[in-house]
Amino acid sequence: MNFDETVRYMKSHEWIRKDGNLMITGISDYAQDSLGDVVFVELPEIGATFKKGDAFGVVESVKAASDVFMPQSGEIVEVNTQLDDNPALVNESPFGEGWLIKFRPTAPEEWSELMEMVAYKKYTEELEE
Amino acid sequence: MSEKLNKTILHPWHTAHGARFTEFAGWDMPIRYERGPVAEHRLVRSSCGLFDISHMGRFIVRGERSAAFLDRLLTAPIAKLISGQSSYALMCRDDGGVLDDVFVYRIPATQTFGDEGWLVVVNASNREKDLSWMSSHADAGITVEDVSLQIAMIAVQGPRAIELTDLLCDGQAGSVERFFSRESVLDGVAALMGRTGYTGEDGVELYVDAGKAAGVWEKILQTAEQAGIDAGPIGLAARDSLRFEPGFPLYGHELTETRTPLDAGLKWACDFSKPFSGSDAMLVRAQSHDAVRLVTLRMVEKAVPREGCPVFEAGDNNERAGIVVSGMYAPTADGYYANAYVPVHKAARDTPYSVEVHGRLKSAIVVKRPIYRPSYRSA
Repeated sequence: MNFDETVRYMKSHEWIRKDGNLMITGISDYAQDSLGDVVFVELPEIGATFKKGDAFGVVESVKAASDVFMPQSGEIVEVNTQLDDNPALVNESPFGEGWLIKFRPTAPEEWSELMEMVAYKKYTEELEE
Repeated sequence: MSEKLNKTILHPWHTAHGARFTEFAGWDMPIRYERGPVAEHRLVRSSCGLFDISHMGRFIVRGERSAAFLDRLLTAPIAKLISGQSSYALMCRDDGGVLDDVFVYRIPATQTFGDEGWLVVVNASNREKDLSWMSSHADAGITVEDVSLQIAMIAVQGPRAIELTDLLCDGQAGSVERFFSRESVLDGVAALMGRTGYTGEDGVELYVDAGKAAGVWEKILQTAEQAGIDAGPIGLAARDSLRFEPGFPLYGHELTETRTPLDAGLKWACDFSKPFSGSDAMLVRAQSHDAVRLVTLRMVEKAVPREGCPVFEAGDNNERAGIVVSGMYAPTADGYYANAYVPVHKAARDTPYSVEVHGRLKSAIVVKRPIYRPSYRSA
């Protein structure tokens, strides 16, 4: 199980990374492992705005559909169009090529509310018990 | 809670080999192994996969008039089967509704099952219901014995399945004609082999004494490795996508007690020249103005249709037309597909529909079935 130390995490298993003045979000290795083979990803429109905790899309695996939630409030600037033809990137590279969205954060202070890697790792271990 | 669920004889093997489990019809079954369902699907289409299907029901029917009994109870011409031959059939209520879809073998005396008789293989979800129905409809002198716990069932499927099985039984699998069976010896263990399957690939379904099943399963995989044949265990998720592509129904989805075989496009499995349970009723229902038909839809707008998604007429009309009974990403067809019931008069190929997925209408179109032609059928 991989845990990227350059990102912060939500309890719902999304990760978020600073990218200049934008933020990138995806789902963690723990999340893709539980979901299984991702067969489809539904991503929002460019320009859509969301509040922290809003569902911005859906990651569909063979057997289930999982909502994905905004780790911070923001406006969508880019979505990972590679996932259209290759949704498996989410499984293969959840912290890299399998990223979901880039957005402009509208409340940057929300960053401090998120879990760092060590806390998230501990959280996933507790979930397994 | 997995403690309350039934477990097949191979459950410990699955656990030891990275299976993730799900509940299915009261059984704790592998939904996938480490490979994942898409890779498992591709493994079966390209080489070989093993399926533990011991959760399914296996009954032995015996008695002097058992041929006539089964012929009356089932849609297919069972009484015409010769020794060793098998057939797919449906078992219906008097009103034509499907109780189950089954597979029947006429078997001679075998080491595996004992005296000659009929092996009826039923869905795990319907085992008790079927046993009760068959027993209550049996004439005097007919016995219906549930041997599901004594005899295990393993499927070996894929383009290299026969090659692999032949290594264990001296070539006896390859010489069995499709839809026939033969008892052979696999690694010293008696096994009835049926040349059939639920994947659209060549292969066999094996019936072995439950106590010997784990050894046979492991021996098949070992033999594959030694022979350089790519093979592995396959979970229920891949089992579903594998049966979906060649157009095979799954009870509880395409087939339920409210659907008739004709609704489901299974007229080919019905012999109307003989009377059978539900035959008259299903023919009447097929003539009704609100008769339905099972179609396969290809999603034109990408989305994963799922069981229960409503289907609407395309265009401004947007009237409710039907319902999705199975939906998924189909790995070999490489697209998003659904099986759905729609009005029989609007079931033609190329008819457009909309499927509601996550509250949004996504366009779809009726396609010709099957979306994957079984490799054992000639072009």
